[in-house]
Amino acid sequence: MSLPLRRYGERAALAEVDSAVQAAELAEWARVAARSGRLHVDEIVPAAATVLFDGVDVGRLRALLGGWRPRSATVAGAFVEVPVRFDGPDLADVARRWRVSEDEVVGRLTSYELMSAFCGFAPGFAYLAGLPEELAVPRLSSPREWVEPGSVGLAGSWCGIYPSASPGGWRIVGHTEMVLWDVDREPPALLAPGTRVVLRPC
Amino acid sequence: MLTVLAVGPQVLVQDRGRIGYAHLGVPRAGALDAPAADLGNRLVGNDPDAAVLEILLGGLSVRAERACWVSVTGAASPVTVDGVAAAHGEAVRLRAGAVLALGRPVAGTRSYLAVGGGIDIAPVLGSRSTDTLAGIGPAPVAVGDRLPVGADSGVPAALDTPRPPLRGAIRVLPGPHREWFGADVLDRLAGAGWRVAAASNRVGLRLEGGTLARIAGELPSEGTVLGAVQVPPDGRPVVLLADHGSTGGYPVAGVVHADDLWQLAQARPGERVTLRALPPASG
Repeated sequence: MSLPLRRYGERAALAEVDSAVQAAELAEWARVAARSGRLHVDEIVPAAATVLFDGVDVGRLRALLGGWRPRSATVAGAFVEVPVRFDGPDLADVARRWRVSEDEVVGRLTSYELMSAFCGFAPGFAYLAGLPEELAVPRLSSPREWVEPGSVGLAGSWCGIYPSASPGGWRIVGHTEMVLWDVDREPPALLAPGTRVVLRPC
Repeated sequence: MLTVLAVGPQVLVQDRGRIGYAHLGVPRAGALDAPAADLGNRLVGNDPDAAVLEILLGGLSVRAERACWVSVTGAASPVTVDGVAAAHGEAVRLRAGAVLALGRPVAGTRSYLAVGGGIDIAPVLGSRSTDTLAGIGPAPVAVGDRLPVGADSGVPAALDTPRPPLRGAIRVLPGPHREWFGADVLDRLAGAGWRVAAASNRVGLRLEGGTLARIAGELPSEGTVLGAVQVPPDGRPVVLLADHGSTGGYPVAGVVHADDLWQLAQARPGERVTLRALPPASG
């Protein structure tokens, strides 16, 4: 099996995968190859259905990726329990969309083990995979101008937590006091790709 | 130590940027006209990764609190030392207490002030660069700032200053999403008469004067690269510059060649931008 690879200018390429979880697995596998000197690359960026390799010899990357198989790597990231106060402005709206009570929304959101598939939008903003597709909710039709740091939101079947104040279109169900982004911490992102996450009511 | 006496529209500390954090959502940042910043560092005997000041449209005035070597490169701002004209693109010795000032450049937008020893503020995630998108790194330079300078490496060696690169058409390589635009997308990009839009900044250079037809829809978020020509639904291309977000959801029509990005760093709003299609690279 060879992975579809799209050239992205002279020194970059996008590898296409089936899912965000598979992207996180491929990124982790490639990071191990980079650490052991088998791949020279500036950035490995997993996303929803691709992994970007930037600052790379694309021919060599293609040869290396020939050795990858789905589930070649399992992502055994850190485990983080996030205490959440479920009092977000969109909690009632999400309950209506799911046709359950607000307590049941909390019950469901805290019953899944989520995984940080990738970060984007802002430093440390993790796209958490693991909610079933039938719980998907659309983004707000008009984004809020200001979302407070620590806000826990839903968009599609993603869950995400805003590390810093910003505009945002995710449906906010709660809030955490945890610090998601700290440049003096290694890694600075609490929920770096591969991290397993459980929301806990508080 | 440099004491900042005046600033123009924007003065930022920049080096070669933050590498290796894109997967955490961190923009790379770094000097927009990298060859000009590199040249400035070489002129004063610095390592290439020393931090410099990036000055948008002049207006900077600094006092050297101890003697040091400096150089001004990039956009040709008139340079004065204690009111007397000084050279652009050469190492200049400032005595302790001397005041260096940059006027408004006649062409180009960004000048670079390199100082022997480099601007020695504490790095954040391996870089001293200010990222204007996410706010990582030092705050923009402001009047009254006292900027620490690293240890001088002595009298700079004589340097054969390369002739400034000729300006010309900006080369564009194929991007990853040809099916969103059609097979002739690079030729259409190259055939249009683009101008630099006023809303351009370090995050992206916006092109106006035409639109690039694309199919409707949304792309799942994916990693983006410096120089990517993103096309939002309105068809007006945006070339991603150093402070671009690490992921994006717009299809990419092409990628500006790395060696030509400096020209975009120096382009002024309203100026024409001519693009030239390059064939796909091998491999």
